Amino acid sequence: MVAADSQGRRIPRVRQATLGLRVHWCVLPFRVLLVLTSHRGIQMYESDGSVMVYWHALDSGDASPVQAVFARGIASSGHFICVGTWSGRVLVFDIPAKGPNIVLSEELAGHQTSVTDIATEPAQGQDCVADMVTADDSGLLCVWRSGPEFKLMTQIPGFGVPCPSVQLWHGAVAAGYGDGQVRLYEASTGTLHVQISAHARAICALDLAPEVGKLLSAAEDTFVHIWKLSRSPESGHTEAAPLL
Amino acid sequence: MSVRTLPLLFLNLGGEMLYILDQRLRAQNIPGDKARKDEWTEVDRKRVLNDIISTMFNRKFMEELFKPQELYSKKALRTVYDRLAHASIMRLNQASMDKLYDLMTMAFKYQVLLCPRPKDVLLVTFNHLDAIKGFIQDSPAIQHQVEETFRQLTEVYGGLPAGEFQLIRQTLLIFFQDLHIRVSIFLKDKVQNSNGRFVLPVSGPVPWGTEVPGLIRMFNDKGKEVKKVEFKHGGHYVTAPKEGSFELYGDRVLKLGTNMYSMNRPVETHTSGASKSLASRTQESIAPNPLAKEELNFLARLMGGMEIKKPSGPEPGFRLNLFTTDEEEEQAALTRPEELSYEVINIQATQDQQRNEELARIMGEFEVTDQPRQSASKGDDLLAMMDEL
Repeated sequence: MVAADSQGRRIPRVRQATLGLRVHWCVLPFRVLLVLTSHRGIQMYESDGSVMVYWHALDSGDASPVQAVFARGIASSGHFICVGTWSGRVLVFDIPAKGPNIVLSEELAGHQTSVTDIATEPAQGQDCVADMVTADDSGLLCVWRSGPEFKLMTQIPGFGVPCPSVQLWHGAVAAGYGDGQVRLYEASTGTLHVQISAHARAICALDLAPEVGKLLSAAEDTFVHIWKLSRSPESGHTEAAPLL
Repeated sequence: MSVRTLPLLFLNLGGEMLYILDQRLRAQNIPGDKARKDEWTEVDRKRVLNDIISTMFNRKFMEELFKPQELYSKKALRTVYDRLAHASIMRLNQASMDKLYDLMTMAFKYQVLLCPRPKDVLLVTFNHLDAIKGFIQDSPAIQHQVEETFRQLTEVYGGLPAGEFQLIRQTLLIFFQDLHIRVSIFLKDKVQNSNGRFVLPVSGPVPWGTEVPGLIRMFNDKGKEVKKVEFKHGGHYVTAPKEGSFELYGDRVLKLGTNMYSMNRPVETHTSGASKSLASRTQESIAPNPLAKEELNFLARLMGGMEIKKPSGPEPGFRLNLFTTDEEEEQAALTRPEELSYEVINIQATQDQQRNEELARIMGEFEVTDQPRQSASKGDDLLAMMDEL
């Protein structure tokens, strides 16, 4: 387990964090990397935190003086690690089986505002259409298919509210919004299937237990809810039921 | 982190400071004809508030404030309020200033935490400005300054998207992190626990634009609703009645940021809680601050824009006590950790002809292998300037 904060005292072997930090274990086919994002850039470490294998400084080139520059949103897909940025660009890094020869292979354009979160899931069968979803401050969701070149499959428009957290489960996008709503969309088409008035304040995070289809939502209203997701055998649509 | 946070932080903290000073000055008010020379009257109170408000809303100062910039440390901001509180004939000793600052910060922290939507921090700011206009009803010139600031706020923040406000909210909350000073008015109203943490209510109106939790709706491919499930949310929420106004004049609806002090609710911080937090704050201030030079530059620019009127002539400085008795204030001063005292260091940064010649002669007698340290560097100039303020 790793925890990060913004005002830690100087302790050896604990990295001093800057503000706006996100941390994520990226489980890749042959290795696990620990990825950190901040307003300076992206750092990747070996899974025990001992060695930094890669550092990517953020390019603040065309940022206006009022724009905060940062990286936010981390996910792994196959042998790629994807990281979102303040501009809306999603950086795709190609990770070798071992060693530090990490390469920035692509910059995905799809978002006009800062990326908030990225979610991926293993491809669901041969004809799988989508295995990655990215979200941003305007609530826009972009659904992608990973590969040597990532392809944008669908865009699900926002409604004026940020989407701080997103998950992907069996071809369904689960998105938590700043107005406390949780929505489930069909990833391939972008159709809305479930709308939950889940919380009275902004949702901070969603988490997923994919094998059992349980979705957890945590929000600033101090509540945590657990939902049971399922696919209706008749319609094939995703459904949700409250568990906790 | 957002670079648009400083104006909101400064104006709201300033507003809270004025509420507290107004309440304390009223509490120590003596009717004009009965007052001794060193006692507060209604005229004095109005004058103090006028002076502070006109300094706060000075145009040059506001210009500096609204420039996009990072939030600086708590120490730097505290120094600005020190200066502001002394913009008039009123004098506060360090213990009272500490208490004032504690109350200001905890009040605004509470307001930010409880804002229903991140954007509502703007309504909180407008509440403060509305009240400030009430304090200076007899001064149209200062009224105009305040209204100018209103317009600037609307210009900068009016069109910001929700995501930006969320970033501003997070920036503010990080600034207030680990501050858990107990305030008696909050403890009495049960909005703060005895461990200093605020109580987040789980009832009342939902934010404007949010639906009351408790409903799951399911749709088919054509967008038609096919199933509806209700569930128990755990809170007791109701729909929001209406949205607060962001206009120059209007009903803000939100009560956060309005004056919660009145004659009957004395302003106190819980002393044991205060000393615990002072100890934790000391730990933070001991660590060397690599941004110290940057902060001094920032302060110099801000205070360059701040016109401090020095009391002219033999006018006595009126002392305001934020504690209930003078003895309490003395006691608080004694228990104040050493590290929090601002030591004044006199640095001779100006040219002293005679001294230099003497020094030059002495140094000429030594074999100097490396350059003598330049004492007239920018940082030292700033320290000397602060000394003279």
